Amino acid sequence: MSVKTPSRLEKILDEGHLAVTSECGPPRGSDGEVIAKKAEMIRNYVDAVNITDNQTSVTRLCSLAACIRLKLMGVEPILQMVTRDRNRIALQSDILGAASFDVHNILCLSGDHQQFGDNAQGQNVFDIDSMQLIQTVRLMRDQGKFLGGDPIERPPNMFVGAAANPFADPFEIRVPRLAKKIAAGVEFIQTQCIYNLDKFELWMKQARDRGLHEKVSILAGVTPFKSAGMAKYMKNRVPGMDVPDEVVKRMSGVPKEKQAQEGIDICVESIQRLKEVEGVRGFHVMAIEWEEKVPEIVERGGLYPRPKVNE
Amino acid sequence: MIVAERKPVEEIIESIQGSQKILIAGCNECVTVCEAGGKKEVGVLASTLRMHFMKEGEKVEIDEVTLERQCDHEYLEEIRNKIDLYDVVVSLACGVGVQFMAEKYFSTPVLPGVNTSFMGVTEERGVWSERCQGCGECILGKTAGICPISRCAKRLLNGPCGGSTDGKCELSKDLDCAWQLIIDRLKELNRLDDYEKLMPIKDWSTERAGGPRKVIREDVRL
Repeated sequence: MSVKTPSRLEKILDEGHLAVTSECGPPRGSDGEVIAKKAEMIRNYVDAVNITDNQTSVTRLCSLAACIRLKLMGVEPILQMVTRDRNRIALQSDILGAASFDVHNILCLSGDHQQFGDNAQGQNVFDIDSMQLIQTVRLMRDQGKFLGGDPIERPPNMFVGAAANPFADPFEIRVPRLAKKIAAGVEFIQTQCIYNLDKFELWMKQARDRGLHEKVSILAGVTPFKSAGMAKYMKNRVPGMDVPDEVVKRMSGVPKEKQAQEGIDICVESIQRLKEVEGVRGFHVMAIEWEEKVPEIVERGGLYPRPKVNE
Repeated sequence: MIVAERKPVEEIIESIQGSQKILIAGCNECVTVCEAGGKKEVGVLASTLRMHFMKEGEKVEIDEVTLERQCDHEYLEEIRNKIDLYDVVVSLACGVGVQFMAEKYFSTPVLPGVNTSFMGVTEERGVWSERCQGCGECILGKTAGICPISRCAKRLLNGPCGGSTDGKCELSKDLDCAWQLIIDRLKELNRLDDYEKLMPIKDWSTERAGGPRKVIREDVRL
């Protein structure tokens, strides 16, 4: 493989290292320092940082502005972009805006339905879907063209990612769906949080059987539980999340004050097991509003120090 | 058919405040089938209003009529001779009928008596659900006869999203995941391989996005 973009994440993957990404949620206000502080906590432990785009449809400081802030700090951002809120004009425009600050990674998503957020009465857009956003970025980058066909001066130069949920239903199309995203042009995948490792391994096996692991870099998603309550909530309330009973039991089986540590232990053990799965090319550590724990998870997961690449 | 729901009677009473002579106009088509604005509902609404005004001691005259359709000139013409007798018409037709009546009888206030909901089917008596959003370019041939535009909450052309659980949409356990239905039917038709065909970016200009639409058929014009 050879790299197609100046993305640090792409280089690290291309050199065969296990990549580590994490994510920061922007604040519900205009204090950009919040993002800067979160990024400072993790910058030496990850290769790139996702900035979520109004996740769970709750209005927040925009992903693009937060990505620019990271870029100016010298931290490599991954621009998350959902198709829920913007039509194809606005999406292409924001891609150019990000590219003008040399944001080199994008994660193409459809986005949670607005019913889950703070503006349930709002419209949604969904002019295009996540697969079509992947195609759009690739068209803009590789052919230097807008969707309308006009040429782009200084096209965006982004490493193109998407999410995959091995646990959503129906399971039988989970791997075909991955193949479809690859056909659309995706280059890296960050998976949904993995708690059911057996099911993830089955999904990876099916992906390997089709050779998909060689066509896309799959980063396994992990999220530490802060408490048994969080484990139960994720199990019962978060659509598309698969938390096996024994994991909930393990979290509930320790005293409250030790549950956070137990959550981190489970996360580290998952990383160690997932490292052995052929086709896993790295980790996406989503410590939700718990960024300060990312260094510990990365270190104990044997993923520290991060490799240096020429930029 | 076009599915509608009856407006709360309080809202209708509020909207006709001050009128002395009122015509309740039903429609014998879709709103009859979905039991929101047919002859029966016209009768029920008229009785309710009469009782209300009697209780309030107000002298209000309420007449009833149910037209074959309110979306065609010829049926709307049936009330031309008496429309001027009324201060207001409450139409129980869909939004199309209300507007066509208002266009035709320019100086008579025409008020909606139902909320027009969607184009859909009768799943069973008392249960109606959406099937079509009139996007102007039908893709059902590619989606195993199930429309992701009207039936997927994110109208994903390449679904399902990560929220599909046990065949249900993440929005509600009462809502089928359209993409689960598509996949089930593709399987039944022995066409599951079609799932991996990427659906191209849609031209929405034939939908609402392109502005109010019109169909002109020169071959059938008089």
